Amino acid sequence: MSTQKNNDDRITLLQGTLDLLILKTLRLGPCHGQGVARLIQRQSEEVFSVDHGSLYLALQRLEDKKWINAEWGVSENNRKARFYSLTEKGREQLAEKTSEWQRLTRAMELILDGNAGPRREEV
Amino acid sequence: MFRDKRSDEDFAEEIKAHLAIEADELKSEGLSDDEARRTARVEFGNVRATQERFYLRNRVVWFDNLVRDTRFAIRQFVKNPGFSVIATLVLALGIGACVAIFAFVDAAMLEPLPYANPNRLMSVNESEVGKPLWPLTYPDFRDWQRMNQSFSSLDVHTGAGFLLRTGSGAVPVQGQRVSGGFFQTLGVRPILGRNFNPGEDRLGGPNVVILSYGGWLHRFGARRDLIGQTLDLDNQAYTVIGVLPPSFTFALAGNAEFWVPINSLSTHERTRNFYNFLGVGRLRDGVSLPTALAEMKAIAAQMRQQYPAPGRDESASVVPLSEIVVGQVRPIFLMLFGGAGLLLAIACINVSSLLLVRSESRRREIAVRGALGATPSRLVQQFVTEGLLLALLGSMAGITVAAVLMRLLGGLVPKDIADNVPFLEGVELNAHAGTFAAVICLLVALLLAATPALRLSSQKVRDGLGDSDRGVASRLWRRLGANLVVVELAVAVVLLAGAGLLGKSLYRLLHVPLGFDPSHLATVRVAAPGTMFKTDDQVDNLYQEIERRVSSLAGVESVGMSSRLPVECDCNTDRIHFPPRPYHGEHNDVDERHVSAAYLSTLKAPLLRGRLFSGADDASTPGVAVINQELARRFFPSENPLGQIIANDEGGRPSEWEIVGVVDDVREGPLDAPISPVEYFPLNQTRDHSFNLVVRTSQDPATLLPVLVSTLHQIDLNLGVSDESAMGDEISSTQAALLHRFSACLVGGFAGVALLLGVVGLYGVIAYSVSQRTREIGIRMALGAQRSSVYSLVMRQAGWLTVAGLAIGLVCSAGTSLLIRKLLFGVQAWDAMTLGSVALLLALASLAASFVPARRAASVNPTDALRAE
Repeated sequence: MSTQKNNDDRITLLQGTLDLLILKTLRLGPCHGQGVARLIQRQSEEVFSVDHGSLYLALQRLEDKKWINAEWGVSENNRKARFYSLTEKGREQLAEKTSEWQRLTRAMELILDGNAGPRREEV
Repeated sequence: MFRDKRSDEDFAEEIKAHLAIEADELKSEGLSDDEARRTARVEFGNVRATQERFYLRNRVVWFDNLVRDTRFAIRQFVKNPGFSVIATLVLALGIGACVAIFAFVDAAMLEPLPYANPNRLMSVNESEVGKPLWPLTYPDFRDWQRMNQSFSSLDVHTGAGFLLRTGSGAVPVQGQRVSGGFFQTLGVRPILGRNFNPGEDRLGGPNVVILSYGGWLHRFGARRDLIGQTLDLDNQAYTVIGVLPPSFTFALAGNAEFWVPINSLSTHERTRNFYNFLGVGRLRDGVSLPTALAEMKAIAAQMRQQYPAPGRDESASVVPLSEIVVGQVRPIFLMLFGGAGLLLAIACINVSSLLLVRSESRRREIAVRGALGATPSRLVQQFVTEGLLLALLGSMAGITVAAVLMRLLGGLVPKDIADNVPFLEGVELNAHAGTFAAVICLLVALLLAATPALRLSSQKVRDGLGDSDRGVASRLWRRLGANLVVVELAVAVVLLAGAGLLGKSLYRLLHVPLGFDPSHLATVRVAAPGTMFKTDDQVDNLYQEIERRVSSLAGVESVGMSSRLPVECDCNTDRIHFPPRPYHGEHNDVDERHVSAAYLSTLKAPLLRGRLFSGADDASTPGVAVINQELARRFFPSENPLGQIIANDEGGRPSEWEIVGVVDDVREGPLDAPISPVEYFPLNQTRDHSFNLVVRTSQDPATLLPVLVSTLHQIDLNLGVSDESAMGDEISSTQAALLHRFSACLVGGFAGVALLLGVVGLYGVIAYSVSQRTREIGIRMALGAQRSSVYSLVMRQAGWLTVAGLAIGLVCSAGTSLLIRKLLFGVQAWDAMTLGSVALLLALASLAASFVPARRAASVNPTDALRAE
């Protein structure tokens, strides 16, 4: 049931952030597509809704770029599944994208906080 | 684009795995089996759309669609070969005819003069009442050249024939005598050697000659060291000084190979009443045609005052040279081009109508595809692709047809037109024709792409699924289509009737009574140079020697000689009178022929009265003549002509000839002309230096020709020997036969295409109407109509259209037959048999065209028809 509730509170992912989230998720170890979707949803405390179609296309895209590898295997409950794992290139990309993202959020914060700054000092 | 490393199936597999895992997890969260699977699906969203997106990644969508549409279209065409073949054929004929005729128009009208600034070149000549273009006299030319201010240069040319001495004997060749600046005026430079130097065209100038490229190539093997060497023309040495470029042609000079300066004049040419020189001038910059014309007229008037003479009433004419060269063929080609354009238009309309019929029968398919989510633009795209593919097929076939047609038409052009327009020989698929073909093909493609697109967009997809639409558009199309078909059929009838009449004329022409037996006759023209055969004895000996040597050749039955061949022309006429009858200058013009004793018997011309010539009729005996029946009929209707006297003016000396025989009418003039009166004089008494040898052989005359030529050269290497041919070929290639054949073939070709188009159009309209009336036919049959009545229902519609087309066509062809009356020979403009055959042919063709859709209609299963629609 958990996947179905709070639909209205979910945020559609920003363009380009899905790749970063996938890479981050795969850093923990190889995982299949359904697992990646679940993890992203869960780790964002159900805020991000992941469109599954877009997810699989993103996985394919990252595979085409050779940032991740894929091979068919068997899941924990004995189902056939396609497992993705991070490549060396993928790791480098993750580091780069993460720092890029952090700089972006800091800049956003600075602007957003700076504008509101003086008056909201002692909230 | 790189190829997928991963298949669509593998991706679908992964999604299936995803759904299974998700369902497992949901089940473990407490959902039932069914619910878990359903929820997993819902959660995933549109699986198909995801797979579609996977398929489309890294693809250029429109290209992918194009490839798939093309494949689909090819499958459609293969599935329906009748449609594809007919449509391609119709387009090919339309495009082919149009492009081929354009190539001729282009050659004749756009590129006729291969000279510098050809539009400044004028034909400058005298003009007389009723004769707008009349050559100049040499003294007048020199005065005009000296006095005029309008032309930067003014030159003349005149034809000349030479006997060229070669290793294997003397050969008659074509040449031109030109004034010195002739090639500068045209803006043509020799590619080898030099032009005429100033002064070389003064009287008494040196004998120099410039060769045409063709003459240099074919007669002298393109030897570069020929420049500076001498040739023997008419027993005089000429120094070769130059060779003209390969592109050079001069229409008014025919196929002249030897160009010499005018530096000697005959006695006649020195006078102001021997009009023999054609003028060509280049307008000075800034001078307009009317200004030039006014000036030349003023000069002509001044000349007339200065040198008054009776009959000297000529003025000047200045006409663009291109007008002179192509003025004669321009209307023919424009008419042809118009006709070809019309054919193309009809072809396009027919093919679009066929496309419409098809899109009509595929309405259900379109509707289903629309309902399954194909966007209207994708549907249109599909049909546009089909139209384009068809246009492509038609264009390729059309260009092939054009190439073939150009060859065929080139061979058909009558010789007098071809001689005046030598560049027609070079007609080919050049840059101009290629560009034109490309434009035409593009237009066709656009039209064929637009037709289904317009039709589809005006039609609601939903209508196609439900009841069929009997909308305004389809009714409008049906009416328009029917009218067009009537017009097409009428055009076909007119052309078929014309072709039939012309074909029959040709047949009649080639079977006209000749008065002699043309089979097994070999002929060759012989010219004996006057400088070498001066005395009467020499000429007599030549005649005897030729007769003796040729008679002894294997297979030769008899040998004759004549100043002119039969069926050549009503020329070399003589004005005669009949003493002691009084003569008041009546125009008693008869054809005059000088023949050897054995000539008429060689022709197997039947002798009606008296005797033929014998060897005893020679210079020592009084003049004798044989006449034809027409002369006897016209001038001696109630008397015995034998023993009567013919008097004429032989070279200023009055002479008399006694009629000794009458022969049947041997056709001397053209095939299509009435028989003229003819007088035959003995060759031994006239002693011509050039004559035709006519040899009757028991073998194929063609095999005798080379032997004949070598025998003549053995007799004397200085004899000019030319125009060897078999009499049968000679007759079928005479002017009249060629002209009739040309028009019959041309009109016949057009008629064939028009008939095909008309029939295809009829088929299109009937098939369309059947496809629209399937339901109605189903109801009729369900109510008990027999298959035969369905046949008659459909065929009756076709019948009405055919009858309408036929009626209009026959009325119109009565009018056009009157227009082509001059071309008809031995056939009435309303030849019942021809018109009847045309009607029958059209009726049969229409029957065939409407039978196919009628059978389709009759084989409709009433239950299916009612349920389906």
